[in-house]
Formats: sequence, C-alpha cells, structure tokens
Amino acid sequence: MTSRRHLLTGAAAAGLGAAAGAGLTAVAGADNVVPAAAVEPLTTGTATVPFHGPRQAGIAEDPPAHAAFVAFTLPAGTDRRALARMMRLLTDDARRLTQGVPALGDTDATLAPLPSRLTVTFGLGPGLYRAAGLKAPVADLPEFRIDRLERRWSGGDLLLQICADDPLTVAHTQRMLIKDTRPFAAVRWVQQGFRRSPGVQAPEHTQRNVMGQLDGTANPRGAEIDPAVWNADGSTTLVVRRVRAEMETWDILSVADKENAVGRRLDSGAPLSGAQEHDEPDFTKLDASGLPAMPDFSHVTRAHVTDPALKILRRPYNYDGAPNAAGRPDSGLIFASYQKDIARQFVPIQQRLAEKDLLNEWITPIGSAVFAVPPGCDEDGWIGEQVLG
Amino acid sequence: MLTIHEISRHSGNYSWAVADLCSMRTNVLRAAAALAVATLGLAGCGGSGSDAAAPAPAPSATATATTLTMKDPWVKAGPAGEMTAAFGTIVNDTDADITVTSAESPASPLELHEMTMKDGKMVMQPKAGGFVIKAKGDHELAPGGDHLMLMKPAKAIEPGDEVTFTLKLAGGQTVPFTAIAKPFAGAGESYDPGHSMAPMGSAAP
Repeated sequence: MTSRRHLLTGAAAAGLGAAAGAGLTAVAGADNVVPAAAVEPLTTGTATVPFHGPRQAGIAEDPPAHAAFVAFTLPAGTDRRALARMMRLLTDDARRLTQGVPALGDTDATLAPLPSRLTVTFGLGPGLYRAAGLKAPVADLPEFRIDRLERRWSGGDLLLQICADDPLTVAHTQRMLIKDTRPFAAVRWVQQGFRRSPGVQAPEHTQRNVMGQLDGTANPRGAEIDPAVWNADGSTTLVVRRVRAEMETWDILSVADKENAVGRRLDSGAPLSGAQEHDEPDFTKLDASGLPAMPDFSHVTRAHVTDPALKILRRPYNYDGAPNAAGRPDSGLIFASYQKDIARQFVPIQQRLAEKDLLNEWITPIGSAVFAVPPGCDEDGWIGEQVLG
Repeated sequence: MLTIHEISRHSGNYSWAVADLCSMRTNVLRAAAALAVATLGLAGCGGSGSDAAAPAPAPSATATATTLTMKDPWVKAGPAGEMTAAFGTIVNDTDADITVTSAESPASPLELHEMTMKDGKMVMQPKAGGFVIKAKGDHELAPGGDHLMLMKPAKAIEPGDEVTFTLKLAGGQTVPFTAIAKPFAGAGESYDPGHSMAPMGSAAP
C-alpha cells in the first residue's frame, strides 16, 4: 500500500488529478494511445448524445464501444396506424433513455442514469413500407457470388441500432425497446458487437477488427460525411451485413500475405504504397520487383472510391461468439454502412469486391439487410412521422 | 358502467373494497347513497359521468391553469372493457396544498385509487378525499400505488395510443393531460384485484 500511496501522491502532485491506480504510464504503440493522465475519470457513464434534431443520432458521431442491432418482423395485417403507434412509443422510450432518464413504465429504472453516449437509431425496412402501402426508398441488395446468406441474420422490417459505451446500458435499452415493440412485431435477429472500450484509444481512432486490421481508414470524416451520407431532408440509408471471419485459414497466412490481401500494413494501417495510415493509396507506384505496390486484387484497391459523394460511412462492430468444441471461433464483423443511396454508393463497391478481392478467401457474408433511415425529430415529434404520420 | 354482475365476477377482496369504498364515498356524498348501491362503482364511487364532455386535450403533459402539472403520464394498454390504470407524477408548484377530487377521460369512466392492505392482501380502493398534492410537492401515481383507474374502457387502448385525461381539482379547476399507452406486464392489480400481486401477461393489441 505504501508504494501505491506514493504513486498516487506523486500523481496528484504532478497535477495528474484523479487518474486512479493503474495505467498512469503512457504506452507507446501503433494505435494512437494517449497518456492515461489525459483521460477524464468518471465522465464516460454520464455522457449523452442529443436525441432531437433534423438527423437521427448514432450515425455521424464517433461510434461508442458497444452495439446491438435488433431487427423485427411485422406480422401480416399490420397497418400504417399501428406502425405510427409503434414509432411514437419507441421514440418516447429512446428520447428518455438516451438522456439517462428511465422510460415510462421502466421496471428497471435504476439502469437508466448512466447512458454512456447511448444512441437509438431507427431503420425502416422495405417490408415496413409495403405494410404501410408506401413505396420503399430502399430495396434488398442484389445477390453477390460471395454471399452465403443465412436467413437468421438477414432482412427485417424495423431495425433498432442501439449504441453505448457500456454494455449494461445497451442491454437495458434493448430489453426496454423489445418489450415495447413486442405488441407490434417479432424479434427477427439480434446482432451484438463491440469496438475498443472508451479511454483505450483516442476518440476518432480507426478501429481494429478481429482479424487485426485497421478498419475504416478511408471513412469520410467531419465535413466529408455530409455529401456521402445525408439527404436534404435528414434521411439516409443503412446496410447491415454480417461478415464471418475465417480465422482458422487467416491464421495460416504470413503477415506479408495478409498485408497483400488487404493492401495495408497490419501495424500502421498505411497503404502498401505509403508510410502513414492516412496516406492516399498510390495505385501507380511500383515496388522493388516492378509490380504495383498496391496489388490489383487487394481489398483497398477494389474498394477505393475517390468521389466524395460516392463514399460510404462504415460504422462496423466486431462480434465474437462462443467457439465450438474444436475451438473454432465464431467471429467476424457487423458491417454497418451509411450512405445516401445504396444502389449508387454501396452496391458498386460491393460488386467490385465480390468480383475480385483476395480478402474474400477469408471473409464470408452470412447476413444482409437494408433499411431506410428517416430524419430525426424534435421534442413534439416522433421518428418516422414524415413517412407514417 | 360496471354492473353488479360484472363486479361480482371479481373475487372477494375487490368486492369488499368496493363495498368499503362506497360507504366511504357515501360519507362524502351523502345524498348519493342509494344511487351508489344501485350502480355500484361509477356514479357512487367517484366517476362523474354526467358532465362527461371531452375536455380539449392538451398537446402535451402541461396544465392550462397555474395549478398542477402532470409529468410523465402513461396508461397501461389493454382490451376493451377491462380495467386498466394511468400513472405519472402530479406536480404542485404552488404554495398551497391542492386536492384532486376526480378525473375524467373520453376513454373510460375513472376512479382515483389507492392500494391498501386488507385481510393480508394488497387491494385497491378509491382514495377517500382524493389525492392531496402538498404545496411545492409532487405525488407519484405508479403501479402498486395510487393510480387513476380506468374502470371500463369503451375501446381497446392500444400500445402507442394517446389518451386524454382531465384532473378535476377541489377549487373547480381542471388539469388536462395526454398519456401514451404502453404494454406493461405489471400492475396486475388493475385487472384482477382478487389476485392483485400476481404477475399478468403483457397486453397485446
């Protein structure tokens, strides 16, 4: 205890404040780690993201650490009036819970006060528009030859994307929202995922996926998000793909082989033509052997988009289920992508990847769903009012 | 209105409670005793259906007069004809105690209820003298406690419905508010007072 007390005393004297116990030393590394002393203690739980506004929350913000994507199926005979009641009720829950206030009739109200940047984002599937007698602004994706889609991870009439920096907050929110959706729709699938925990890396970092790759380097950031994501009315679209990582065969590859498949260095995330993560890939550059530094078959080469209006905003979460008896993992990526127009932005990229992307050898799409994301609402409104009201 | 037959299909405790509350109510409304026995419940026990013109609903949960406000109102969804309840927090920002004497809704005859221990069981009964909201205080209506009892909704109250209510105060003022309907597994006492603490299934549309 003496040494610990000395450590804390020293920390306080050095102006490091209440940074508690372990982790006072900054760790140098590739993932942009900041000194622990810079981390504000005990603000993670109380942090909130505004719910009201012209655009829904949970899209442009830096993704919180935990997410649940919950898709529902409407029973036959659901009409527009029932959908309006459902969305009014769920909006009321979301506007309270995201601000750390229990939902009305919340039987576990003690779990509400630490929202931890909770957001609830609503997506409306093609089937919801059909039920309402409306033309859907989104359509199911075309089949890609790489797809091995499973029904249990695909489709959906309503989607709730629940994100927070704390998994208990996500669990409580998921429970409350499912209870209030249950009179209207059946749970179709739930996908729970995670990123790095708060305080582990600087905000706005590029996350790593379970295959060890930096994932999302080319994402639009700041002002670049607008032309790629938001329609004038505040709406957007969402694609959710469940992509299994074939970890057993990925393990067999050398680091150089992995980097060739991706087109980036595993440690820094730099394109094979460059030195830093955010260097623009140079597809004309040749390596020492005279071959393109960025292989034509690499994931980055195939996915690369230069037109800011054709980029997509990836907001992926890792998943890691229980391994089987042989120790084979159930791991991968919940690939969530926001864009103005799925057919114009998402489909061409996915088509190029499906045609020729060496990484396809080690990743398998097993789920797929598309949703229209209606605009946000103000204090008196509800999400989906422009569509169903 | 609940008939004697409808009341009697509920098991003993609530019938006892109804009988007790009717006598209590009778003390307040002396002249109404005979009527209370005849209609058992509504006219005699708190409903004021005679002037049931629907009040103009407030767009949100705010009072029009500077009297009380209803915060976070909600109502438990349920089928037509079955008792259910409305909840929320009545807030008194004035410097004087205010008594809520009754409540009305176009959706159903209403009573002000409290939960009380009777013969070792929690039962609901009309609140004698209404709800007194202390000056600068608030009064919670919650499952298992005081609530606004919807005695017999004319139509099903579906999840997500917005139901208008009006609180009537001792001074003659009214406090309109709108409550959203929620599916809720608890508040079983609203449905089957004879098994008041037994959990009930969620209301489905």
